[in-house]
Amino acid sequence: MALTREEVLHVATLARLSLEPDEVELFTRQLNDILAYVEKLQELDTADVTPMAHAVPVFNAFREDKVKPGLPREEALDNAPAREEGSFVVPRVI
Amino acid sequence: MTDALYSLSISELAPLLARREVSPVEVTERILDRIQEMDGQLNSYLTVDVEGAKAQAKDAEARLGRGEATALTGIPLALKDVLTTKGLRTTCGSKILDNFVPLFDATVCAKLREAGAVFLGKVNMDEFAMGSSTENSAYGPTHNPWNRDYIPGGSSGGSAAAVAADLCAASLGSDTGGSIRQPASHCGVVGLKPTYGRVSRYGLVAYASSLDQIGPLTKEVRDAALLLNCIAGHDPKDSTSVDAAVPDYLEGLGREIKGLKIGVPREYFGPGLDPEVAGAVQAALKTLEGLGAELLEVSLPNTEYGVAVYYVVAVAEASSNLARYDGVKYGVRQEGRNLLEMYAATRTRWFGPEVRRRIMLGTYALSAGYYDAYYRKASQVRALIRGDFDRAFTQCDLLATPVSPTPAFRLGEKMADPLTMYLSDIFTISANLAGIPGISVPCGFSAGGLPIGLQLMGPPFGEAALLQAAYAFEEATEFHRRKPGL
Repeated sequence: MALTREEVLHVATLARLSLEPDEVELFTRQLNDILAYVEKLQELDTADVTPMAHAVPVFNAFREDKVKPGLPREEALDNAPAREEGSFVVPRVI
Repeated sequence: MTDALYSLSISELAPLLARREVSPVEVTERILDRIQEMDGQLNSYLTVDVEGAKAQAKDAEARLGRGEATALTGIPLALKDVLTTKGLRTTCGSKILDNFVPLFDATVCAKLREAGAVFLGKVNMDEFAMGSSTENSAYGPTHNPWNRDYIPGGSSGGSAAAVAADLCAASLGSDTGGSIRQPASHCGVVGLKPTYGRVSRYGLVAYASSLDQIGPLTKEVRDAALLLNCIAGHDPKDSTSVDAAVPDYLEGLGREIKGLKIGVPREYFGPGLDPEVAGAVQAALKTLEGLGAELLEVSLPNTEYGVAVYYVVAVAEASSNLARYDGVKYGVRQEGRNLLEMYAATRTRWFGPEVRRRIMLGTYALSAGYYDAYYRKASQVRALIRGDFDRAFTQCDLLATPVSPTPAFRLGEKMADPLTMYLSDIFTISANLAGIPGISVPCGFSAGGLPIGLQLMGPPFGEAALLQAAYAFEEATEFHRRKPGL
């Protein structure tokens, strides 16, 4: 299941990353090395094994539905790279 | 006395402070001076909060004066830069958070403040906790205090180096695949990864949420118990924290371990194990036996699959968790002609290579058509690994193993080959996958003078027994007393 150059570029797009040409080669090789190692998992028969997503069985952690003060708008914007009139500013989308 | 103030553990310092034989201001200033003098050689701190620490120390002094001392009043600590601290820059070792000043304290930080601790600053780490050597920090690597040409381990390398070099009394780190235990082992200090859910992760910058856990790195086992007492417990702000009673972890310390059944998994003593590490761990097993523990060989047959499972599960979770760094709400932005280009420019420019590699790997593993082959398969093998531990703990109380297959390696040695670096975590990763607690305690030195650690692992919520055995071992040995010659 070796990754091609094109697949690496596609994955980069999905991950919102862009790669330099020399990085495409490097990442293709390194990701293939790692994936080849991960192939090891196919040695095991897991047909009847329930996948484990979490270490501790905690289900439906409910809390009381109480009104509490939220984060003040100005504070929430404190770390924003760009802000204006109480909003986050991003490049034009439309 | 005053000269050695910086070298004291929490347990040594606390009574002196309580009896007012030393002042917290004096202790804090002495350590701040030492950081100023020594840390240029080690690069363990990313941010030293000189003014904040002095103010907290003054406050501690006032409280001691009023007779209001609590567990950690006036104790100077260093925090891994993955824990949010209100008003104090938190970078996670990444340029993408270079200017990030959190709006709230992580629950563990709030609890330590409540207990009276003084925060000296934030310590170095692999970017977003991804790494085993602290070389992936965007702020330069930390050096091992025992030999500055060597890595301190990672990702909590700044914590381990700062504790070993007496640049703090103790530190908190985080452990996703060994990131507390492995650096503790490489720097000759104690490192405890609690059971998943034992400590709140609220305010811990997420790497792999089903594996991450916060824990202490300390100069002695008693300090680890003390810090766990302060930070353990259910937190409504972390839905994965477990609502189970927190025992007093100090209580069992000093009790004998006669009759304790310690399993020795044969898979951890294979051909890849460095002979010096094997020798030190075998000697440690003899010591435990001499203390009355009963050793028995056990098997954890799926051990060899741990690293493969980890590099699917952890990277899949990371690719999702790190989607939030998009240059909009916080962190650094790189401008682009439109929104999509801005996202990609920001993430490409300000994430380091290892972070981008893991995001790519995780994105691929979760992408359409590959989910079953990678994520689902890995999650099934993860269940098998947990099953191995469940079976082992029907035969024994604890497990004893090496922490890392080798002592610390040289800076730069494994940077060109990510897979070799990943394989160095083979003995620590399984505990995270299974969610069980593990501790590293100093158990020897290589001929080259580098520390070696013994790992003890226990069943879920078995921290008390773990600490009790680690304490008994520490009492019977001298390794933890040795200091690096800086």
